[in-house]
Amino acid sequence: MMEAPALSTLKADKVVDARGTACPGPLLEAKRAIAAVPMNGILEVISSDEGTTTDVPLWARKVGHDYLGTVAEGGNWRIYVRRRK
Amino acid sequence: MSGASVHPVVAHDEISLGEAAAPPTEPTPQPSGLSMVVFSGELDKVLAAFTIANGAAAMDLPVSMFFTFWGINVLRRGSPVTTSVKKTAMEGMFGRMMPRGPDHLQLSTLRMGGLGTRLMKREMARKHVAGLESLVRSAREQGVQFIACQMSMNLMGLKKEELIDGITIGNVASFIDAADRSRITLFV
Repeated sequence: MMEAPALSTLKADKVVDARGTACPGPLLEAKRAIAAVPMNGILEVISSDEGTTTDVPLWARKVGHDYLGTVAEGGNWRIYVRRRK
Repeated sequence: MSGASVHPVVAHDEISLGEAAAPPTEPTPQPSGLSMVVFSGELDKVLAAFTIANGAAAMDLPVSMFFTFWGINVLRRGSPVTTSVKKTAMEGMFGRMMPRGPDHLQLSTLRMGGLGTRLMKREMARKHVAGLESLVRSAREQGVQFIACQMSMNLMGLKKEELIDGITIGNVASFIDAADRSRITLFV
């Protein structure tokens, strides 16, 4: 896990804006998007619902990626995942 | 001295336990995945089933959904199909009265003669909650297996050509086989 200041310096290889979707949308978006991230690259998921900040880390762990951390920002959340497989 | 008298008893127990244990069998693979019975044909319940199915598939679990009784209507095509086999009057009536596919299901509560369902769908769209048709589509794209219950089809007079493509038709053994290979089983 990384702290917010360190997270905000990360350069995401792909950003997926999941603000227009509700459960299970963000998971489906993350699954689709991670395929376009190079190995060990970083995916950033932007969400407007807090539940997604619980679910995306669980998804990452289950599927085998590294969850790096989440930054809260003006009612949205930026969730960072490193592709590991 | 007392320790010496206890020890043989324990050893004996261990031996009899060993004798009672089943002979070693072939190692069975660790079950994983999700199997579901979709029994309900109501919009809210089927939405829950497909939300869970899609989430599980996104988390890389193999998912299989067994559609039976009212749930079979989720797999119907949206428009009437002329079947090769003539239906009985009762089967024809079932066919006309039951919902044709995901877009025609009604809520289980607050139905209000269809008004409640329409309002709920409008609210879902407003709040970006995916509709059932879209969830069915993404479940299929993610490789979720759909099994239609043959017994329910026969009972309600539904023919294979009235259901969407790409489904398997089976009976209880199909579900038990899927459930036996999965680690989570849900009845909706």
